[in-house]
Amino acid sequence: MSATAWAWLVLLLPLLGSIVISLGFRGLPARAAGAIGTLAIGLAFACAVGVLLNLLGQEPDARHHASSLWDYASAAGLDIKLGIYVDQLSAFMILVVTGVSTLIHLYSFGYMRSDEGYRRFFSYLNFFVFSMLLLVLAGNFVLLIVGWAFVGFASYALISFWYRRTTATGAGMKAFVINVVGDIGLVLAAFLIFRELGTFDYDAVFAQAPEVFSRGEWTITAICLLLLVGAFAKSAQIPFHTWLPDAMEGPTPVSALIHAATMVTAGVYLIARTHVLFYLAPTAADIAAFVGLGTLLIAGTIAIAQTDLKRVIAYSTMSQIGYMIMGVSIGAYSAGLFHLMTHAFFKALLFMAAGSIISAMANRQDIDRMSGFWRAMRFTSIMLLIGGLALAAFPGTSGFFSKDSILSYAETRGGMYEWMAIGGYVGAFLTAIYTFRLIFRVLPGKPCPEAQELIDTGNLYHGPPINPATEEEEDSEVGFPGAHHHIAEQSWPMAVAMACLGFGALFAGLIQVPGVDNVLFGFLEPAFEDSPLAAIHPSVAHEWTGLAVGAAVALVGIAAAWLLWSERPSLPAVFRERLRPVYLLCLNKWYFDEAIDLLVVRPALAIGRFANSTFERLVVDGIVTGTRGTVGGAGGIVRLVQNGFVRSYALLLVAGFAGLALYFLLSSS
Amino acid sequence: MEEILFFAAALGALGGAIGVIGLRNPFYSVLALVVHLFSLAVLFLLLSSAFVAAAQVVVYAGAVVVLYVFVVAYVGGGEESAWEPIPGQRLLAPLFAAALFVELALAVLGSSLAALGTEGPKVGAGFGDPAAIGYLLLEKFLIPFEASSILLLLAAVGAVVLASRREAAPSEHPAESVQGPSSNGDGPSGRPSSEEVPAPR
Amino acid sequence: MTIEWYIVLSSLLFAVGAMGILIRRSPVVILLCLELMLNAGNLALVAFSRMVGNQEGQVFALVVMVIAACEVVVGLGLIVAIFRRRLPLNVDDLRELRG
Repeated sequence: MSATAWAWLVLLLPLLGSIVISLGFRGLPARAAGAIGTLAIGLAFACAVGVLLNLLGQEPDARHHASSLWDYASAAGLDIKLGIYVDQLSAFMILVVTGVSTLIHLYSFGYMRSDEGYRRFFSYLNFFVFSMLLLVLAGNFVLLIVGWAFVGFASYALISFWYRRTTATGAGMKAFVINVVGDIGLVLAAFLIFRELGTFDYDAVFAQAPEVFSRGEWTITAICLLLLVGAFAKSAQIPFHTWLPDAMEGPTPVSALIHAATMVTAGVYLIARTHVLFYLAPTAADIAAFVGLGTLLIAGTIAIAQTDLKRVIAYSTMSQIGYMIMGVSIGAYSAGLFHLMTHAFFKALLFMAAGSIISAMANRQDIDRMSGFWRAMRFTSIMLLIGGLALAAFPGTSGFFSKDSILSYAETRGGMYEWMAIGGYVGAFLTAIYTFRLIFRVLPGKPCPEAQELIDTGNLYHGPPINPATEEEEDSEVGFPGAHHHIAEQSWPMAVAMACLGFGALFAGLIQVPGVDNVLFGFLEPAFEDSPLAAIHPSVAHEWTGLAVGAAVALVGIAAAWLLWSERPSLPAVFRERLRPVYLLCLNKWYFDEAIDLLVVRPALAIGRFANSTFERLVVDGIVTGTRGTVGGAGGIVRLVQNGFVRSYALLLVAGFAGLALYFLLSSS
Repeated sequence: MEEILFFAAALGALGGAIGVIGLRNPFYSVLALVVHLFSLAVLFLLLSSAFVAAAQVVVYAGAVVVLYVFVVAYVGGGEESAWEPIPGQRLLAPLFAAALFVELALAVLGSSLAALGTEGPKVGAGFGDPAAIGYLLLEKFLIPFEASSILLLLAAVGAVVLASRREAAPSEHPAESVQGPSSNGDGPSGRPSSEEVPAPR
Repeated sequence: MTIEWYIVLSSLLFAVGAMGILIRRSPVVILLCLELMLNAGNLALVAFSRMVGNQEGQVFALVVMVIAACEVVVGLGLIVAIFRRRLPLNVDDLRELRG
């Protein structure tokens, strides 16, 4: 089978899974729905492997194929096909997406078990995977936009999964609205591309762009800036990032899949895919790099101050994606994608472990209440530790190699990019600090009451169902989380999934050790060889220097965290008092939410109110009522002719006849 | 001579016509119609149409007018009220009728048909004779002739059916009729059986 | 008298008949005015037949007479039926359709 045939199967299987589960909603037993969902994605992963093997059997230069099922529109200069594009980049992405998704489905099989909306969950999850695959495999900008929009919808549906929680539905709407703002940017960019180049197909666009645009021209810069709007909204970069922390209202598997491993990486994929355009617009690329750098640092500072377990991990996602965006914007395409892969592994693992801990805490997420889980839940704690080590780029873990591949590329490129590399190391320091703040708060120490109950009785602590954010009372019917909670130690699907990811988080970096092997970059680089930037390679010595610096930074960060939160627990309070303004700034997320509320939300609401009260009432209603009145009035007048009198009709007859005769008289004279 | 006859007959026709439309009592209108018909017969004679003139007198003035007389005698000659319910009718009716006449007259008088200005070609003695009409009726216009006789039959049958007494007619059984000998305006509205289905307003 | 005179007279009689229909309310009188109009048509037909020189117009006039007679018969039958029902013999009052 050809690579594109496998790719169509990859696309088809999750869609089928979603449809089957949703059609069998009433009749299908819950476990069957979970099994079907997981199996669908598992088979899709197998087909993705088939794509990879097929590609590997070809010449490196020939590993790009387009295939289309039918033409959507083929008239008036438009030529939009339902087509996919399979090359090294999309093959890599579908492997990562389907691989991690399979494990997360497996995890959800156990984690969501007592939730009343189990089947709906799997249907949505499968649909999400389908949309993400569509986004990644799309062969033209139109289909990309379709996948992009579907992914936004799936994200909304899954964030608002517990729909009876007002905080969840509000978060879902916030995510969706910000995503739509990004969609607008993307659609406008597609319009401009079509206007300038006359086509939507990737092959044609990327071949013609260097001929049509000169480097630095304002049109291509505008296109790339609009693409960036879309990328930033989807990947939660500043200033479009405010939806991501709130998106933690969704169930933990959703956070793991969508907001760590896959959807938020769509922006990175977009920039990598359109690298030809970004090469022609260096201003836009630099802006993207700075935004990535800024997000990386700001998110790191915010994460240090947060006390909600999932929000800390969410800000770390934002920060790591900042690395990836920075990487693909400055030309380190393969490095950025390498970090995408390793981040998918360790971030999903972190979320899964966090989910297990939250289950043990009866759905509470406050770090201040957690301690001593090392003794209560050994397996989960080990997994959390592995994820944390990889995130902090501890030497030898996958995050170590991937993060430094980006930073050493930045150094090699020189100029202002060296400063970016330095910023990246500062960010790595912050990462190590907040990650191990988390770990040193939760794992060691005297067990909290929930952990104590686990140790003593082996049963989970049962508390009343409440909303962790607002402490409101809830129940366990559909629309709220289920009555029972599941931890990895008691649920084999969760444990298996976490173990696989732990293995990946630890060892996946070994496929790209500088100077030793070049598996990943060797595979990916031919996709980017049309960009002169990709030809820059740091020397092996340079890379190892970077690795050493990175290792030092990570170890210092871990030591600092150990000092602050394990050895001298009173020190953080001292820092908080001394640097109170800074602390408040970080705790309140740099006041971005308030700023957006003031600048965007309130004016929009005011416009809406004005439109409703004045414009709607006077203009629209006025026109409609006026038309109705006019028509009614005219009808009333015309109705007077129909008075029922025969003589009146006869008069009209005679009058008409006289008129006709007059006409003939006049026309013949 | 011919002119005098023409004007006399024309005056008679016109006077009869105005009498028909102007006289209050329908019986007098019928009488005025008789005058009108006779004057028309004279005009037909002036146009050398003897048979048509005879038919006019016999059929129209003879049969049709007699029919009218019978009906008017049966129905009675009620006075019409002076109030006109349709606004503007009293003004517009003469106006449009006059307009019609003026236009037709203009069409005729201004016509470029030259033959209108003559008295017609010279015709022989048998023009308009029953024999000539008879030939035409039975040879050239046979089918119209037969068709009109069927029409006559139909009309006769129809009239008999229309005016016949029906056994179950509610107006024949005063005990069943709700309205009784009511006057104008409420006649149709008192029927019991017609009110079952409410009209959609 | 030239043919024009007859035609003009015919149109005058026609107009008079039309006006009569428009202003009279008794059905009997309206039928009488209809007779006026039909006769005016007959006059025109006969005059044209004299102008053309053959008798076809006169045959036409005869058929018109037949038709007029039929129509009078039916119309008067209707009037009798209306009168029998004790409805007002007034064209203005007989304007609502009954089911």
